[in-house]
Amino acid sequence: MSIEVKNITHIYSEGMPYESVALQDVSFSVADGEFVGIIGHTGSGKSTLVQHLNGLLKPKSGSIFIGDTDITGEKVLMRDIRRKIGLVFQYPEYQLFEETVHKDVAFGPNNLGLSEEETDHRVREAIGLVGLDYEELAERSPFELSGGQKRRVAIAGVIAMKPEVLILDEPTAGLDPRAHKEILDMIRSIHETEKNITFLISHNMNDIAALSDKVLVMEKGQIAMMGTPREVFSRGPELKEMGLALPPAAEFMNRMREKGCPAEASILTKEEALEALLLRLRVNREQVAQ
Amino acid sequence: MIRDITLGQYYPGESWIHKLDPRTKIIGTFVFLVALFLVKDFWGFLVAVAGLALVIGISRVPLNFILKGLKPVFLIILFTFVINMFMTKGETLVGWGFLVITREGLYNAFFMGVRLVLLIIGSSLLTLTTKPIKLTDGIENLLGPLKKIGVPAHELAMMMTIALRFIPTLLEETDKIMKAQMARGADFESGNLLKRAKSLVPLLIPLFISAFRIAQDLAMAMEARCYNGGENRTRMNAMRYSRRDLLAAGAMILFVVLIVMERNLI
Repeated sequence: MSIEVKNITHIYSEGMPYESVALQDVSFSVADGEFVGIIGHTGSGKSTLVQHLNGLLKPKSGSIFIGDTDITGEKVLMRDIRRKIGLVFQYPEYQLFEETVHKDVAFGPNNLGLSEEETDHRVREAIGLVGLDYEELAERSPFELSGGQKRRVAIAGVIAMKPEVLILDEPTAGLDPRAHKEILDMIRSIHETEKNITFLISHNMNDIAALSDKVLVMEKGQIAMMGTPREVFSRGPELKEMGLALPPAAEFMNRMREKGCPAEASILTKEEALEALLLRLRVNREQVAQ
Repeated sequence: MIRDITLGQYYPGESWIHKLDPRTKIIGTFVFLVALFLVKDFWGFLVAVAGLALVIGISRVPLNFILKGLKPVFLIILFTFVINMFMTKGETLVGWGFLVITREGLYNAFFMGVRLVLLIIGSSLLTLTTKPIKLTDGIENLLGPLKKIGVPAHELAMMMTIALRFIPTLLEETDKIMKAQMARGADFESGNLLKRAKSLVPLLIPLFISAFRIAQDLAMAMEARCYNGGENRTRMNAMRYSRRDLLAAGAMILFVVLIVMERNLI
């Protein structure tokens, strides 16, 4: 399955004195199995964009093809779209409502009208995928869990619907470093097992650089840049102008270069930076030895 | 959909009405509401509609924005209309068995409907043209004399400020939770009454939890800034009546005189 977004425009509160253009002429396409990172400062239209992808918002103009269906069309069944495309909102733990974790995760599958066995199977699988212990948590109230656990339960609620496209809107916001890393590892492993298209909105450039195949940079409701992380993060000055930053490792290497330490310009992650620095050290040592 | 509710919302503007002293507007609205119940007949309603139209015109709040606020109360209006139509005794126009529409009933129903619509538009105009904070300042000031007999005017006003202030926040929250549940396949729009009521559970529980969380945070923030009621508090913007308010008061008196004349003379 692939996604093709063509020239969509969205206006909030149209006709009101406070109307605002949230998206303007946005186009992009995503191939099957791709991991797409979306960055942009607050209010740049990231959340609005992803809400279009599962039909929660309708564009004023333009079309969105999910596979072969145009979901902006009149006759599409929203249920089919939402089954294919799972959207995890910011702070998803605030949508928990059931008495037990099991029931809460089963809410989505039940809405799809699946059989009881199938629902049960999917709930177990989803809770496992988000790294929680089914036997331990299934019958507990979701409200007595820790923040990180609540969030994982909420994410499991979406994963249990087995979406072919998974969209996560700032899934690590407000979490401590450990929960952050766990959620991120979870996202990576889900992407690897399910082989779905994943969208990740994040302000953490490190996460984006580490996970994405493709990065979309949003600015004032438009796509300012699009490309591989390496392409996008090689345009540091432009990103800074938009209020964004480089991944810490890339920033570090840039500063090193400014100080006169020769290093490649295309370094994105800690591991790459470490390797480059070690190489540099080794070369230095050999030169000294000679 | 949920954003369409305008009751209790402020419509930013710089008009003459926006700039009136909140006390004038509160008294004016109150007078208007009472006057509506004094109106007996067609001419009175004409005066009321004309008066309201004038105020709307000056306030420059778009009419369709105001009318949107009627949508959520449409059912109540319809209900009142139907009840009045069938329940008033008088000269029969049409009748099926025990259901009888009388001339007086139709007449009452029509006027009751118009009265309700005017009532709602009139009171929503107050909140549309007055910032909540100013509105409650005005209420507090007007209730001031009652402090002597132990009415906690400041606390009441503060409660109202908070309630008004959080209407949009809670609407936004509702919108967010609704979308989140829709993304999980929840359906709020189809099915029979029972099914629809049931479908509200996934919306209401998180909403209540959010409301409590917001209340707690707010209480904490207020306490952190040493808030302790109305005693000795001063205001950044003290309210002062101006010539504008005198003019408005004149218009109000004229309006009341017209309404009373209609009631007693025609």
